[in-house]
Amino acid sequence: MSDATTTPQTGNSKTLLLFALVAVLFIGTGFVQSWNTALTIFNMGLISAIMALGVNMQWGYAGLFNVGVMGFVALGGLAAVLVSSDPVPEAWAAGGPSVLLGLVLGAMTIVAAILTYTKLPAGRLRALAVLVVLIGGFAIFRTVFDPAVEAVEAVDPASTGFLGGLGLPVILAWPMGGVLAAGAAWIIGKTALGLRSDYLAIATLGIAEIIIAVLKNEDWLARGVKNVTGIPRPVPYEVDLQANEAFVNAFSDPVTASTITVKLAYAGLFILFLIALIWLSEKAWNSPWGRMMRAIRDNEVSASAMGKDVKARHLQIFILGSAVCGLAGAMMTTLDSQLVPGTYQPLRFTFLIWVMVIVGGSGNNWGAVLGGFLIWWLWVQVEPMGLMLMQGLTYFMEPGSPLSEHLLDSAAHMRLLTMGLILLLVLRFSPRGLIPER
Amino acid sequence: MDFLNALVTLANFVIIPATAYGAQLALGALGVTLIYGILRFSNFAHGDTMAFGTMITIFGTWGLQAAGVSFGPLPTALLALPLGIAVTALLMIGTDRVVYRFYRENKAKPVIFVIASLGVMFIMNGIVRFLIGVDDQRFADGERFIIRARDFREMTGLDEGLAFRTTQGITIVVALIAVIALFWFLNRTRTGKSMRAFSDNEDLALLSGINPDRVVLVTWIIVAALATTAGVLYGLDKSFKPFTYFQLLLPIFAAAIVGGLGNPLGAILGGFLIAFSEVGVTYAFRKVVGYLGPEDWQPEGLLQLLSTDYKFAVSFGILLIVLLFKPTGIMKGKSV
Repeated sequence: MSDATTTPQTGNSKTLLLFALVAVLFIGTGFVQSWNTALTIFNMGLISAIMALGVNMQWGYAGLFNVGVMGFVALGGLAAVLVSSDPVPEAWAAGGPSVLLGLVLGAMTIVAAILTYTKLPAGRLRALAVLVVLIGGFAIFRTVFDPAVEAVEAVDPASTGFLGGLGLPVILAWPMGGVLAAGAAWIIGKTALGLRSDYLAIATLGIAEIIIAVLKNEDWLARGVKNVTGIPRPVPYEVDLQANEAFVNAFSDPVTASTITVKLAYAGLFILFLIALIWLSEKAWNSPWGRMMRAIRDNEVSASAMGKDVKARHLQIFILGSAVCGLAGAMMTTLDSQLVPGTYQPLRFTFLIWVMVIVGGSGNNWGAVLGGFLIWWLWVQVEPMGLMLMQGLTYFMEPGSPLSEHLLDSAAHMRLLTMGLILLLVLRFSPRGLIPER
Repeated sequence: MDFLNALVTLANFVIIPATAYGAQLALGALGVTLIYGILRFSNFAHGDTMAFGTMITIFGTWGLQAAGVSFGPLPTALLALPLGIAVTALLMIGTDRVVYRFYRENKAKPVIFVIASLGVMFIMNGIVRFLIGVDDQRFADGERFIIRARDFREMTGLDEGLAFRTTQGITIVVALIAVIALFWFLNRTRTGKSMRAFSDNEDLALLSGINPDRVVLVTWIIVAALATTAGVLYGLDKSFKPFTYFQLLLPIFAAAIVGGLGNPLGAILGGFLIAFSEVGVTYAFRKVVGYLGPEDWQPEGLLQLLSTDYKFAVSFGILLIVLLFKPTGIMKGKSV
C-alpha cells in the first residue's frame, strides 16, 4: 500500500520531523512550566506509547477492534499488587487456602460444564446436565468461597483486609501483567473472534467493565475501593536520595534534584521497555508472519484460501496486543505506586488510546508511538489551555456571575471535546494518520 | 397468605422494577438496532445521545418549572420531552451531515463508522458535561406514587407492601405507546416500508426508487426520539448522570445483540430479557423463599446470586452465551 510519490527517504524525514516536533513540545513544557512537569508528562507518554503499540498490533496488523483496553490495563495494575506487595500472613491463616480452593472449585465447575457439553449427545438431557453441573458447582463454590472471603476481609480491614502479594521485586510484575491480560484476552478471543467485528467490540467493552467491577468489589484481592498504596518501587525513593550525603552535596537544590532523578530513573526503565517492544514489533511487522497478518487483514477470504488459519492468527495477535496493554498497565501502577480502581475510566484508558493510534497512524509502530506522546501531551495540556480560554472569555463578564462561574468550572471538559474533534478531523482528512503505514 | 406475600415481595422488588428497566432498555436497543439495520454500523455514541436528549429535556423542565407550568400529578419532564426530541433530532441530522454522510458516500467499512461514532461520542460527552456538569440531577416532580406500600398493606391486609411509583407507570405506558407507534410506522406507512426495504436489501431498494437520503433522515429522527425518550424515562425512574448513561451502552448493546441486531422485535425482547436477568440475579431472594418455605423458617444466606455491583456481568454473561450458541440472536438478526 505504499504511496508511489513518496520514497522511503522522504517518509523517514517526515517521521523524524514529527518526532522532533513532539520533542519540542516536551522541552518547551520544561522551559515554560517546569522540568518536573515535563518529565511527569513524558513518563506517562512513554506508557501511553506502549499501550498504543498494543492497540496498534490488534488494529493495525490485524484489523481487530478492541475497546476493552481499560480492562487489560487494569489487570496489569492488579499484577503489580499481586506480585510486589507484602503477603499478609494473618489473612492467609484466616482463609487464604479456602479462597484459593473456592476459585479452583469455580474453575472446575466451568470446565466440568464444558466437558458435559462436549461429551454428551445434543438434546434436552445435555442441557439439563449442564444446568445441574453449573448450579451445583456454583452452590459449592459459594459455600467454600464466601466464608473464606469474609474471614480474609475481616483481618485488620483499615490497613490490610486482603491476602497481599508475593513480596517479589515489582519489575517481575510487568511481564506478569502481560500474562494476566493475555489470559483474559484468550477467554474473550475464544468466544468473540470469528464473528463480526462489532461483536468483539461489545465483548471487550463488557469484559473491561467487569474487570473494573471485580477490582472495585473483591476486597480480598486488592482491597477494592480502599486502594492499595505504597507499592514498592524499582527505583530509589526521594527521601533516601535526600538523606544521601554525596547526593545532597552534588546539587544546589537537592529536593527538586531528587524528584527529577527518580523520574529520570523511571523514564530510563520505560524507555528500555519501549525500545525493546518497538524492535520486536518492527521485526514482527517485517517478517513473513507480519506479511501474513496484513494479508489476512486485507482479505480474509483469500488468506484462508491460501491455507492460513484466520481465526487462530486473530486469536494470537489479540492475545499479544492485550498482553502489551497489560504490561503498560503494570508499569503505570508501578509509576503511581498505587492501585486505585476508581480512576479507571473508559474514556481515558480505552478511547483515548484509540485516538492515539488513529492520529499517530494505524499500521505503523512509529506512528502509534508518536500518537501516544502527542495525544497524551495534548490531553494534559488542553485543560490549562481550556481554562485560559475560559478566563479570556469571561474576562469582560462580571466576576462571580453564574455564567462565568459555570464556564470556568466546565473548562475541564474541554479535553473531551478536543479529543473527539481531533479524532474526527484526522479520520476524515488524513485517515491514515500522521505517519501512515508503509 | 404466605404465598401471596411471597408474590407481592417478588413483584415489588423484581417484577415491577425489571419491567420498567426493561422498557427503558428496549427503547434504547430499538435505537441501536435501527441504526444498525439501516445505516449498518454499531453506534457507540448512543448512550451519549440519550444523555444529550435527557439534558435538553431537563433544561426544558427547569424552564417550565420556573415559568410555573406543571403537568398536574405527572412529571413536568413529559411536557419538555418534545423539545428534547426536536433538539436531539437536529443534532443527529447535523452529525450525519458533518460526519457520517462522507463515509456513506465513500462506502467506508462499517468499522470506520464505528470509529467515527467514537469521535462523536467524545464530543457529545464533552458537550453534556460542559453544559450540565457531571453531577446527579433529579428532575422528577408531580405525584411520586401510584400505589404506596403502606396503602397497599392496609388495602389488602398482607404483611408485605407493594409500591408502584409514578415514574415506573409512566415508563411502561410511554414505552408501550412509543413501540406501538414505531411498529405502526414501520409496517403501515410508505416511509416506514421504504425503511424496511432499505434495511433488507439496499441495492434493490435503491433500484425501486427509494430515496436513500430521506430514509437516513427519517431514521435519525426516529433514533433521536427513541433515545431521548429512553433517556428521559431512565432519568425519571432513577436519576440523570452523564457517566451512567455512557455505561448503559453495554446492556443496551447486549439487548440488541441478544435479540438479533437489526430486528426491532428482538430488541424489545432482548431489553426485557437483560433487565429481568440483571434484576433477578442480583436480587436477594431470602424473603421470598422464607415465605414459601415452612412456617417460622428463614433461609440462612441472602440467596443472592451476585452482588448488585456485578450487574454488568449479567448482561455480559447473557451476551457471551448468545454469541457462543446463537450468534444471530434469538430472533434472527441481520448477519453474523
